[in-house]
Amino acid sequence: MHLGHSHSHDGPSAVSADARRPDGTRRALRVGLGGPVGSGKTATVAALCQVLRAELSLAVVTNDIYTREDAEFLLREAVLPPERITAVETGACPHTAIRDDISANLEAVEDLEEEVGPLDLILVESGGDNLTATFSKGLVDAQIFVIDVAGGDDIPRKGGPGVTTADLLVVNKTDLAPYVGSDLARMAADAKAQRAALPVVFQSLRSEAGVAEVAAWVREQLAAWTV
Amino acid sequence: MSRAALLVLADGRFPAGGHAHSGGAEAAVKAGLITGAEGLEAFCRGRLHTTGLVSAALAAAAALGVDPLSLDAAADARTPSVALRVASRKLGRQLMRAARATWPSEELDALAREFPKGAHQPVVLGLAARAAGLGAGDAAYCSAYECVSGPASAVVRLLSLDPFDATGVLARVAGEVDLVVDAAVESAVEAARGGVDVLPAASAPLLEVGAEGHAAWSVRLFAS
Ligand SMILES: Nc1nc2c(ncn2[C@@H]2O[C@H](COP(=O)(O)OP(=O)(O)O)[C@@H](O)[C@H]2O)c(=O)[nH]1
Ligand SMILES: [Mg+2]
Repeated sequence: MHLGHSHSHDGPSAVSADARRPDGTRRALRVGLGGPVGSGKTATVAALCQVLRAELSLAVVTNDIYTREDAEFLLREAVLPPERITAVETGACPHTAIRDDISANLEAVEDLEEEVGPLDLILVESGGDNLTATFSKGLVDAQIFVIDVAGGDDIPRKGGPGVTTADLLVVNKTDLAPYVGSDLARMAADAKAQRAALPVVFQSLRSEAGVAEVAAWVREQLAAWTV
Repeated sequence: MSRAALLVLADGRFPAGGHAHSGGAEAAVKAGLITGAEGLEAFCRGRLHTTGLVSAALAAAAALGVDPLSLDAAADARTPSVALRVASRKLGRQLMRAARATWPSEELDALAREFPKGAHQPVVLGLAARAAGLGAGDAAYCSAYECVSGPASAVVRLLSLDPFDATGVLARVAGEVDLVVDAAVESAVEAARGGVDVLPAASAPLLEVGAEGHAAWSVRLFAS
């Protein structure tokens, strides 16, 4: 938000949502992944990296609640080289770090671009604390909200900013639906009612298709971003 | 100059990264030094009269127009712990981003160019106050208040301390904040005449030691 006119463009960029790098080229597309703890955000990030890393220059920023667990999982799984994964410390409030005070995340993103860039895509995972946590538009260009069938099939009906407004809603772990008695048809109908035309993907990372549909959505976003 | 600009800069919700830092309170809680409102008050008082005074004086001097590069070096010299120097530069960088977007200024741009990974937070704070049209006293108030309000809100999260008790602590140390600010401004005025060596160099060894240990923990809620 510029209040004056004297803003200079040399030096590190001061403003978050600038779509271009200081040299005028389009910066990496930034996609946020939010949603409740345990819904499969990190697993989705890992799967996306595995599918997309051959075709795109990728990096990941994680926002954990109190450890570096997510970053360490991604490192262990070796989905990307370590220099492409950065953990941001959130002072126990990931939602603050992705929405109200995004400066640490912006710095992580800028440092990644500087150190391993140019990048095509940066995935920003929120540690996940509640259903209302959404990403600031100053931090990400598009956001994915990940819920799972085991967290209760009434979550789409309850709505909330994540379910209602995310650019993509992912209902994960469909393989578990029979075991937890979740009604997928009802979840789909409720999601449609909450989201109108916004897309919803049902996925199981345990199935053969895995993350394919979400990866296709990311490719679409990227195509729209780079034109 | 707008009085309300002071409120903008001093607001705990000003998006400059402070929410992820406890100002040493997390280490003190773990060490059993803070277990409730009383411990928090003692902690705040200790921090205020040591690093709080130093930071407020640096901020006030920067607001007066003392050369930010010498102030940054003075901050380095007054911060023995590497972990605290890193935290201060991290916060300085975050504050720089917020300040440049809020009060565009050539001086802030120049300091950002000089320290792309962050100048010390109090120096950036002083220049931000200057860019906002505020004075040395305002900068010192922001710095000194933040020095106690940061730990207070962190302890609310760490110990589930009653937020009213935490706010009571802030009210009780308010008079001392005034005194620290007066001393900080006085030495900043001297520094503007005689150079940065006259700035206070009080330190709290336990904060420094605690910060070094804290930085090595694998599980923690706060970055510092
Ligand atoms: N059955 C099943 N488990 C999954 C699926 N996706 C993730 N998980 C598991 O769910 C747990 C939590 O996943 P994680 O990605 O860490 O969740 P996050 O907290 O949202 O990042 C892990 O044990 C994953 O292996 C899925 O599609 N099906
Ligand atoms: Mg995770």
